[in-house]
Amino acid sequence: MATTTVTTPAGATSVELTDDGFFVDPSIWTEEMVPELAAREGIDPVTDGHWQVIRFMRKEYLEKGTGPSVRALGKTSGVNVKELYQLFPKGPAKIAARIAGIPKPKGCV
Amino acid sequence: MTHRIVILGGGTGGTLTANRLRKVYDRADAEITVVDQDDRHVYQPGLLFVPFGLTHNEDIIRSRSRQLHDGITSRQCPIDHVDLAANEVHLTDTSVLPYDVLVVATGTRLAPEETDGLLEAWNHTAFTFYTPEGAAALEQAITAFDGGRIVINVVDMPIKCPVAPLEFCFMADWHFQERGIRDRVQLTFVTPLDGAFTKPVAAAQLGGMLEEKGVELVTEFNTGEIDTERKVLVSFDGREEPYDLAVVIPVHMGAEYVGRSEGLGDAMDFVPTDRRTLQSKAAPNVFAIGDATDVPTSKAGSVTHFEGEVLVENIEHFLAGEPLVEGYDGHANCFIETGFHKALLIDFNYETEPLPGHFPAKAGLPLLKDSRLNHLGKLMFQWFYWHALLPGRDIPGIGVTMPTSGKEFSRPA
Ligand SMILES: Cc1cc2nc3c(=O)[nH]c(=O)nc-3n(C[C@H](O)[C@H](O)[C@H](O)COP(=O)(O)OP(=O)(O)OC[C@H]3O[C@@H](n4cnc5c(N)ncnc54)[C@H](O)[C@@H]3O)c2cc1C
Repeated sequence: MATTTVTTPAGATSVELTDDGFFVDPSIWTEEMVPELAAREGIDPVTDGHWQVIRFMRKEYLEKGTGPSVRALGKTSGVNVKELYQLFPKGPAKIAARIAGIPKPKGCV
Repeated sequence: MTHRIVILGGGTGGTLTANRLRKVYDRADAEITVVDQDDRHVYQPGLLFVPFGLTHNEDIIRSRSRQLHDGITSRQCPIDHVDLAANEVHLTDTSVLPYDVLVVATGTRLAPEETDGLLEAWNHTAFTFYTPEGAAALEQAITAFDGGRIVINVVDMPIKCPVAPLEFCFMADWHFQERGIRDRVQLTFVTPLDGAFTKPVAAAQLGGMLEEKGVELVTEFNTGEIDTERKVLVSFDGREEPYDLAVVIPVHMGAEYVGRSEGLGDAMDFVPTDRRTLQSKAAPNVFAIGDATDVPTSKAGSVTHFEGEVLVENIEHFLAGEPLVEGYDGHANCFIETGFHKALLIDFNYETEPLPGHFPAKAGLPLLKDSRLNHLGKLMFQWFYWHALLPGRDIPGIGVTMPTSGKEFSRPA
């Protein structure tokens, strides 16, 4: 567990992260945090494509309690798997989940 | 009143559910119908041995309908879709089956079309042992292989029997040693996971075994394309793995009709299912078992067997208007063939990852350690499959819930 400070135009928020960088409490996330969270993952600027995926991940999490896998994301988000990797080269589901402030998408067994 | 129970799929889960239900309901109380598209019941664990000539398709395929007890109606026809609102199943021959309780047991389908180039490469440079036809074609390719780089690639998770690709590596090592050409064959296991397996203690153990046997491990590789002309796997982030022979486990999805049935499945056509009761989230009178569900445990025959007991109990509760039991704990039990007449056994559930120790208790089979006894266990499983598991008998000493008495919980990972 680590604590980090995310600065937005609205002010600084202290955020607790898991060891692998996911929000411990998804409810403190706001859209204003996205540019800074994205920059930390090497994504700058945040394009419309990034936003589409991040908002979709957030919505899926709020509805279903977990973020989708990359392949499910490719089928439902309107952005295909290839494009997802272009937007988030280091792993779409994982990186987008970190930026969207949701827990690590549930692992497969 | 006679309950109408329709079971979709006559594989492991559909067959054992039908046979168990037939035992608990008299014919006057329940009409049981099983629908499948063909009459070839494959003992799928046997597919691992086909590429090495250690068994043959004709020895692992039997008639589906003959595995069903008397008094069960068997329909052979592809399913077109389920109409949840009308409680009806529509078959492709336009017949309609109304139901009071529906059981989805249609397993997974392989989706090679999800990976660019894989269909062009199929059975030319890339093979799979996940179907009888694929396993037979791979046997020819392995027999003809006399040196070079074999890449064993899992495209994405989840897959059926997630240990089978590792077993394939171990078996290939043994096979090429027996042929005296192991020094000319490079074996590489390429996985999207960050280790050899999904669960940490077993991943470390199995990773160590790959190393011992000289199998290279490439992790976090998400295959985006198979270039059959250049013979390379290309990952979505642009990494390349060259091969002379590729053994590919393609993307798994649920059955296609699930996608055509409004409200039944998720984006991958798996059926969202309560992990403890096995009731689907689509409708209270719809249940699901085996590979078709989205429950977070391995897609394995042993899982399907353990689920069957809870499922049948809950169908009885449901039809009697009683509350369901939260009886399934995610119990999975897999023998992992390691070659040289040895195998390793893992046993786990939703909460407990595979641990060392003995199964089912201290005097039992060694866990997470290879032994000849476990290899015999793996071979015996085929007999159990046809004669105990499918007929719906309980296997003595092995219950639904995971045993804890022989496991070494304290041992540091
Ligand atoms: C290579 C390999 C090795 C394995 N090794 C092991 C092992 O060692 N131990 C172990 O426990 N498990 C093992 N398994 C996994 C095990 O075989 C499966 O988990 C198990 O068979 C799942 O049962 P099921 O009933 O869910 O699906 P299945 O047995 O696959 O049955 C699904 C059925 O649905 C039918 N169906 C699908 N769609 C339609 C449709 N539209 N219309 C009509 N019918 C349809 C299919 O024809 C099929 O008969 C292995 C699997 C493979 C591929």
